Amino acid sequence: MSESRRLLSVLFTRTGLVAAIVLALALSLCPCAVAQEAEEPVVEGAVAPIAPPTDLEAGDTPSDRGSSVTLTWTPSPDEETDRVLVYRVYRSSDPETGFEQVGRVAAGMTTYRDGGLIDGEQVFYRIVASDGETESPYAAVGPVASSPQWFNSRRANAMVGTIVFVIAIVYFVNAAKGGKELFIRRLAGLDEIDNAVGRATEMGKPILFISGLSGISDVATIAAINILGEVAKKTAEYNTRLIVPNADPIVMAVEQEVVKEAYAKVGRPDSYNEDDVFYLTRSQFAYVAGVNGIMVRQRPATILYMGMFYAESLVLAETGASVGSIQIAGTDAVTQLPFFITSCDYTLIGEELYAASAYLSREPVLLGGLKGQDIFKFIVGTLVLIAVVSATLAALGVTANDPITPLFVTGG
Amino acid sequence: MRRQLPLTLCFIAGVFMAVQYFIPHWRVQDTYDRFLIWLQIIFAFAFLLGTVSLVKVHFHKIRNRAADRGYSWVVLAGLASMIGLGFFAPGHNDPGSPFDMMFQNVQVPIEATMFSLLAFYIASAAFRAFRARTLEATLLLIAACIVMLGRVPVGDLISERIPEATRWILTVPNLAAKRGIMIGVGLGMMATALKIVLGIERAWMGGGD
Amino acid sequence: MSWYDKLLQVDRRWIFLAIGVAVVVPFFAPLGLPVVVTDPVQGLYDAVESIPPNDKPLLLSIDYAPATLPELEPMAFAILRHAFRNDVNVIVMTLHPAGYGLAERAIRGIAEEMDQVEGEDYVFMGFSPGVSAPILGLGVAIRNVFPEDAYGTPLDEIPMMEGVRNYDDIPLAITLAGWSAAEAWIYYAREPYGQRVGAGVTAVMATDYYPYLNAGQLQGLLGGMRGAAEYEVLIEREGKGVLGMDSQSVIHLLIIILIVLGNVAYFAQRRAKRRAALEDA
Repeated sequence: MSESRRLLSVLFTRTGLVAAIVLALALSLCPCAVAQEAEEPVVEGAVAPIAPPTDLEAGDTPSDRGSSVTLTWTPSPDEETDRVLVYRVYRSSDPETGFEQVGRVAAGMTTYRDGGLIDGEQVFYRIVASDGETESPYAAVGPVASSPQWFNSRRANAMVGTIVFVIAIVYFVNAAKGGKELFIRRLAGLDEIDNAVGRATEMGKPILFISGLSGISDVATIAAINILGEVAKKTAEYNTRLIVPNADPIVMAVEQEVVKEAYAKVGRPDSYNEDDVFYLTRSQFAYVAGVNGIMVRQRPATILYMGMFYAESLVLAETGASVGSIQIAGTDAVTQLPFFITSCDYTLIGEELYAASAYLSREPVLLGGLKGQDIFKFIVGTLVLIAVVSATLAALGVTANDPITPLFVTGG
Repeated sequence: MRRQLPLTLCFIAGVFMAVQYFIPHWRVQDTYDRFLIWLQIIFAFAFLLGTVSLVKVHFHKIRNRAADRGYSWVVLAGLASMIGLGFFAPGHNDPGSPFDMMFQNVQVPIEATMFSLLAFYIASAAFRAFRARTLEATLLLIAACIVMLGRVPVGDLISERIPEATRWILTVPNLAAKRGIMIGVGLGMMATALKIVLGIERAWMGGGD
Repeated sequence: MSWYDKLLQVDRRWIFLAIGVAVVVPFFAPLGLPVVVTDPVQGLYDAVESIPPNDKPLLLSIDYAPATLPELEPMAFAILRHAFRNDVNVIVMTLHPAGYGLAERAIRGIAEEMDQVEGEDYVFMGFSPGVSAPILGLGVAIRNVFPEDAYGTPLDEIPMMEGVRNYDDIPLAITLAGWSAAEAWIYYAREPYGQRVGAGVTAVMATDYYPYLNAGQLQGLLGGMRGAAEYEVLIEREGKGVLGMDSQSVIHLLIIILIVLGNVAYFAQRRAKRRAALEDA
């Protein structure tokens, strides 16, 4: 070995030895990641990242008009420690880039419905859990595309019910047209209308007909108009004054035609007074004040309340009672029935009001419709009983679950 | 034609409104949305119709010197003043405007007062008509007294069982009866609506058959 | 005339006077009766409480008329105070033509009290005619029903309406009404769109809505002045609801006394008639 090589080797050896000693000393004194790897790392303020939601799925929102995708996921485990405040939803048409936030939902939610999409266009989603400042790693899903559906399967049960109902109505209407006798039980309130009209005629006082405070789109108002037609025929026959104050101008226009037609049918068109079928006001209690004024001034012998009523029912009925009128009421407003039953002489309850047109006219077609309605009610009652038994058995633990009740739940 | 056209329109609109409930596709729902906008426009025009009818009726009463024409003067004066204030007074219907002051200080207290008459009428009806004539009426009276006590703090003070009993009465027997009536009413409404759509029920057109 | 005949024929105006006194006196001599909160009210409170602050708005439809104002306005005040306290934005609207002035009165009054800024913390949409049409229309697009607010400002220029398109962006809709508006909101918002709905109604109507409450179609229900009082207790801010509870307690007791008196007189009269009939026989 040459002198230089010998010198280099000594130098490196000694230098290396010194360097090693120095390094060892330095490492023993310095808190270094390599030296500390054997120990637990203690870094003040460091927190584990939020866990992302899992089982993320995306699909076209079922039974909708289109342009919508629904995401579902399993919540982040960190929800249990209240670390998660919101879930943020991002969307892009590219699986890797271009994600923009399209919505967010509060912690606890596990679905999100994204709308405003173009049907058929594929999109990708990412969802993160966030505590408001930091976000978890994302969960991704895609591609998925929205599309519209032609049938809302969540309403299939309503469709079946509607078809059965229509069949029942049509069957009995046709049966009635074919001459079949259909029984309808007695409705005291409607039977009494004849006597009430006769009483007014004997006393020489008018009849007051109040068709409720609802508009023409309310079925109760249609039912009231049917009764008004029959009452108007009787008052035309007996030449008794009929006063009909209205709270809706469209209803007033219809009732004017109905009463005019009724008078014409009985051969008394000249007895019809258009001013007796008039519009008062739409305002609920202003209408009540107006009608009460008519009651106190005109002191009608008979007052008929038919249609939809609200809180004013007792004020009207008590005023009518105070002027000594015979009062017959009919309403489907369940809250007002107790007041009418207390203050009036006769009351038609709920659907008895709808049966009035069939009852008074005794037209076979209308009676057939009533019968069909009753049959369907019997079917509904039977189904309710079956569902109640099923739900009760499940609640008592006799059966594992209740398979019947969910069949009747209709979705949006 | 005068009767056929409305019946045809009613049939088409009725069937469409029933069928659209089951078809979520945007082609159908967009048409439905358009119908809803038309409905809003029609409702707005109904106000105009009502105002014209009101003026016509009371004007006739004044012109024919009817016995109670004084009330007609009051109605027309009130109508004219509110319309005038709303359209021509400073601030129109903004808060603090004359129109708003008339509404807040005249109409609101008057209507609230009319509604409050119910309290007086309920008391007089209760005294006059609530009689325990039969077993059912007695049960009804007892239930009514329990509910009346349970709905006010006095019931909580007398016994905590009173509010519990009130909740039970309202949510069990009362609700059961209401549900039964509501099912019947619902079916009655469906049947009447079906008869209207199919043209069997024609009273809404005015003039019967 | 015997005492029971006199009692049964008493002039109803004496009864009206007794009721009048029973209403007025507790306002001057409060009884301070405690109000216990019930589950339906707690449900609505929890639903409002669950709305994240400075996020999507609460929709409050003030659908009552002046007639039902004494019962329903305390509810409106309490709900608005609750929402603003929690920094929840509020959209106010009405479906009742006479509700415009009342809705404006409620939102402006409470907003001023709680230093809320129009356009940033609340927006007043005004009135929309019809019932089913606007409720259904809001589920499609709010801007279809209200292209601008009640004062003519386009919704796109209102800061808090950014990103608020339809029911998807409204966590809760509450209607306060003395008519069947709550049913309409259930039929036309809850069922087709899955919108969460709460309601405040008059006391006489409250029991009508228990089926919907039990079925989960309503998040909560305030019934009459009692409901308003319970909500005021929950938000720890007493108002007209709590104030009216004393009067209501006295009146209910008075009506019970009247019923008892009426029946006592009725049975006494009936017994006297039977005795007289037996003696005649």
